[in-house]
Amino acid sequence: MKVLVGVGGTERSFAALEGAIERAEQADDELTVVIFDDPSASLSRGQVRERVQRIVAETDVNLSTKEIDGDPGSQLVQVAEDGGFDQLIIGNGTRTPMGKIQLDSIAQFVLFNSHVTVKLVR
Amino acid sequence: MSDRPALEPPPVAFVDEEGRTIRIERSEGDRDALVTMYEDFAPEDRAQGLPPVGRERIEKWLETIEEGIHVVAWHDDQAVGHAALLAGEDDHELMIFVHQDYQLAGIGSRLIRALLGAGRRDGAENVWLCVRPSNAIAISLYRSVGFEAVGSGETELEMSLSFDDEGSDGQSWA
Repeated sequence: MKVLVGVGGTERSFAALEGAIERAEQADDELTVVIFDDPSASLSRGQVRERVQRIVAETDVNLSTKEIDGDPGSQLVQVAEDGGFDQLIIGNGTRTPMGKIQLDSIAQFVLFNSHVTVKLVR
Repeated sequence: MSDRPALEPPPVAFVDEEGRTIRIERSEGDRDALVTMYEDFAPEDRAQGLPPVGRERIEKWLETIEEGIHVVAWHDDQAVGHAALLAGEDDHELMIFVHQDYQLAGIGSRLIRALLGAGRRDGAENVWLCVRPSNAIAISLYRSVGFEAVGSGETELEMSLSFDDEGSDGQSWA
């Protein structure tokens, strides 16, 4: 399966990447990591890139990376659709004080607009 | 002159529209009664993953929100409604759940007024909540006590209320 993983620099996005790699090691998925600027992440683009490289260095899964600029939600969907991917994985979702799950506008856009199957890692 | 219903800090007792005597009290040490109510909660009334399903998860959830301001509606010794204000960084999130057998009987309205009364007495200033835009009954309940929409995502409507502000309709808390 051809899988695109969006990594914006939140802890949840790295967890999504690690999960995707774990699955790819079993299922022989072809992974592409796409780095984007997530306003809720505290890491810079360079720091995100470095951490992705560290995670990638530990696996022998067939993996490539790319980066996108501009509106993250629509860009992620476009890359997934243009690239003929089977699945788009994003990590998203925080909890309010009472414990309600909230998805940010990037995740909401992706879920509502992507024609490619989306896997939301919470 | 305000049309807003008065806030009524608990304890409150009233007869609901089905003729049942309901008491609303500040919650203390009644975790078991709440667990029992939530275990029997209709799945279609859940919102954004809450209440969680299963005794263990419900108990864990109630533990994580223990610090808040809680009020419980009682019918005899049975908890039938639960509302709380949970402190965030600079405001309080409002939650309210009424058991399906006790909905549409006026309990939610008394429960939210009791909670806001308790919250204002305890010094809460700003309260917010999220609701599904399709949940017209809940939205009209929130509006009736002064909540106003502040933003809308694709899946949820955010509303807020400030105790020291006048509403856009010029009404203020008495």
